[in-house]
Amino acid sequence: MGDISPFQFQVVAALIFLIGVAGVLTRRNMIVMFMCIELMLNASNLSLVAFSREIGDDQGQVFAFLVMVVAAVEVAVGLAIIISLVRNRDTVNIEDASQMKW
Amino acid sequence: MKTALFWIFSVAALGGAVGVVGNVRNPINSALNLVVSMLALAGLYVLLEAQFVGLIQVMVYAGAIVVLFLFVIMLLNLRGSGTSGAEVQPLVKIAGVALVAFAGLFLVRVLASGRAPWPDVDPSYGTTRAIGEALYTDYVLAVQLAGVLLLAGILAAVVLAKKRVD
Repeated sequence: MGDISPFQFQVVAALIFLIGVAGVLTRRNMIVMFMCIELMLNASNLSLVAFSREIGDDQGQVFAFLVMVVAAVEVAVGLAIIISLVRNRDTVNIEDASQMKW
Repeated sequence: MKTALFWIFSVAALGGAVGVVGNVRNPINSALNLVVSMLALAGLYVLLEAQFVGLIQVMVYAGAIVVLFLFVIMLLNLRGSGTSGAEVQPLVKIAGVALVAFAGLFLVRVLASGRAPWPDVDPSYGTTRAIGEALYTDYVLAVQLAGVLLLAGILAAVVLAKKRVD
């Protein structure tokens, strides 16, 4: 694959993961924070697929597929929670949903 | 050719990710940036000869999940509804950006060292047939559990999002 080493894919995955972490830490809009969690899951998927190609075995791809299933379920449930929260509080700012914060 | 494609997809994926985080005005722009990032990641999967995962990435993420995000954003009519004012927390923001910058610097330095070769794989690697055979033989229990999880997720989403009528 040209002069692209397996390591460079891992670096891209790690950078996307870090951008997701930064988004969760800095943004206060719940939906955007949720998108950042999706970014982190995708970065871990890229890492899994790259390692899978590096060792020449497709188990990592099976695992990435299962991660996608879990991510889809997570999005459905999380967005339902956000919808009911907006119905009750009329906001998507995470600071306004601090009832359970100690 | 593959090298050029790798850089194009990587820059698109990273740029889309930055666009998701950096877009403080409108969540719809964040969702559209997320599409760019997901499609670029699908391209990277295909470059890694994981065609099946790339296909599922396009269908599930770019097709379904982002549409769900856009649907919720438009349903709730969130354009500028009280999020931009309280968005910036200077200390947390600086800490987050510093963390990413430091880790990125570290990674780029490490990048200069590794030049491992790719192993040769047979042509069936990563095809739908190969992954499907693995899923329905070695990982059939995981597939069953994924099905149960999807059912539970559907029910939970319906229960959580429906209006209380009583």
